[in-house]
Amino acid sequence: MKKILLAACLTAISGTAFAQQTVKADAATVDRYVQSMWAKASPEWKARVVQDETQAECSVARNNPSPAQFEKITAREKAAVVFPADGKVLGDWKSGAKVANTGTGGQFSDGPGTYIGGNCYACHQMAPAELSFGTLGPSLTGYGKARNFSAEEAKAAYAKIYNAQSVMACSQMPRFGHNKFLTEQQIKDVTAFLFDPDSPVNK
Amino acid sequence: MDRMKICRLVAAFVTTLTLSAPVLAQQSDAEKEIERYRAMINDPMANPGYLAVDRGEALWATKRGAKNVSLEGCDLGEGAGKLEGAFAKLPRFFKDADRVMDLEQRLLWCMQKVQELDTTDVLKRRFGGPGVESDMQDLVAFIANKSNGMKYQPQITHPKEQEMLAVGEALFHRRAGVNDFSCTTCHGEDARRIRLQALPNFSKPGKDAQDTMGSWPTYRVSQSQLRTMQHRLWDCYRQMRHPIPEYGSDGITALTVYMVTMGAGGEITVPSIKR
Ligand code: HEC
Ligand code: HEC
Repeated sequence: MKKILLAACLTAISGTAFAQQTVKADAATVDRYVQSMWAKASPEWKARVVQDETQAECSVARNNPSPAQFEKITAREKAAVVFPADGKVLGDWKSGAKVANTGTGGQFSDGPGTYIGGNCYACHQMAPAELSFGTLGPSLTGYGKARNFSAEEAKAAYAKIYNAQSVMACSQMPRFGHNKFLTEQQIKDVTAFLFDPDSPVNK
Repeated sequence: MDRMKICRLVAAFVTTLTLSAPVLAQQSDAEKEIERYRAMINDPMANPGYLAVDRGEALWATKRGAKNVSLEGCDLGEGAGKLEGAFAKLPRFFKDADRVMDLEQRLLWCMQKVQELDTTDVLKRRFGGPGVESDMQDLVAFIANKSNGMKYQPQITHPKEQEMLAVGEALFHRRAGVNDFSCTTCHGEDARRIRLQALPNFSKPGKDAQDTMGSWPTYRVSQSQLRTMQHRLWDCYRQMRHPIPEYGSDGITALTVYMVTMGAGGEITVPSIKR
């Protein structure tokens, strides 16, 4: 067995060696390509391909930040989380179900006024009855129940959804609140979808 | 590669080992299915992509532009008018243009330089739709089909080809936009799904990239169109909530260079049929 594991590891490493033969492109060169790829985009759209500090750092680190960088990014993102002024992190789970299920919004093919959803099901299993779920993220089935519907945990989930990287630097999950993709109310609603005892997530 | 990734790989390997008995039993069925699929792809009567191949063949020989000549004088890298195996080595560096080009960029260049054709209309119809035939889709189908049965041979010897590969790799990992997405978000791990759609992993060389790159251009049943890699990446950038990428821009070519490099040795079987 050991031999087989070793062989597997070696294959993995030789794959990396192949990738590392490539010299990394310098930032200015990459930026030149980025500029030309979106040369004709409107200023509002062009703004989207400008990276913030965290996006740039995670890109360069290929989403594998060093421990020090991990701490730094996580701390910075944590400091940027804005909790609801009224202190309530739970909204209406039924509206939250819509947030979780909707994959439209924010695409260049979406007309003005298109409802913007969080598309959580693209990456997560949630209500067990919904079979069309992705596997880019962990299953969230029974999420609130497994945490005894604790207020503390609900607040943590709100922070996670608001800014996934406030918990884990370079997480692949979008920073829904931080990037103003979802509204505060939508984040409250989807948090309720995870934490309401009546939500199908917990059935 | 970080340790976590290696261990995940080892874990995946062990899972494969434990599962291998039932998997082996299913293999013959799966192989039969693949055989059936291959036969369908290669059957011009069953694969609507071949309509595009036929239109492309006619277009290739049609005299157009101020010079009133066909595209037969176009050099796709293997010599003027030589089509066999040309697609298997694209994108590549072209001395006359002093640039690395993918097939679509090269075709546009030939239309402009060889035929002196005003490409405004061709560009307007770059993607076909209901009632709109696309010259580019048809030509790509025809030319790529001439490399069937051959293996991808990425060209990364010229410094400009090497730059393309390095930039392609960087663009693949470049996170931006309202969802913080990069290509890696969806194509960076093995055996992942978005909703029910399987996502190939292009972050390393191997089967996923080989199978994928060897199967484009493809006839997309959901769109009733023969689609090229330019369209696929347009669609992925749409899902990434990025702006519309410029058709035939160097960034798309850089990503293509990166992906054919990951898919080196993949066998070309096109036009394929996909969802
Ligand atoms: C593009 C993929 C993606 C999308 C879309 C996505 N997530 Fe995630 N999510 C992840 C990944 C990957 C993780 C695990 C890594 C991490 O914790 O950041 C995760 C982790 C989580 C966790 C923490 C799970 C735990 O271990 O406690 C919660 C809660 C969560 N997501 C909720 C949501 C909600 C709610 C939405 C939609 C509004 C959503 N996610 C959309 C990818 C995604
Ligand atoms: C938000 C998710 C997402 C992102 C980000 C994304 N893609 Fe995709 N990609 C998809 C989906 C979904 C498919 C279609 C899979 C299917 O049809 O089964 C796909 C398909 C593809 C295919 C064709 C796969 C095949 O088997 O034929 C290629 C090539 C590709 N993507 C490349 C890229 C590149 C390069 C990027 C970055 C510029 C990118 N993708 C970013 C979701 C994404």
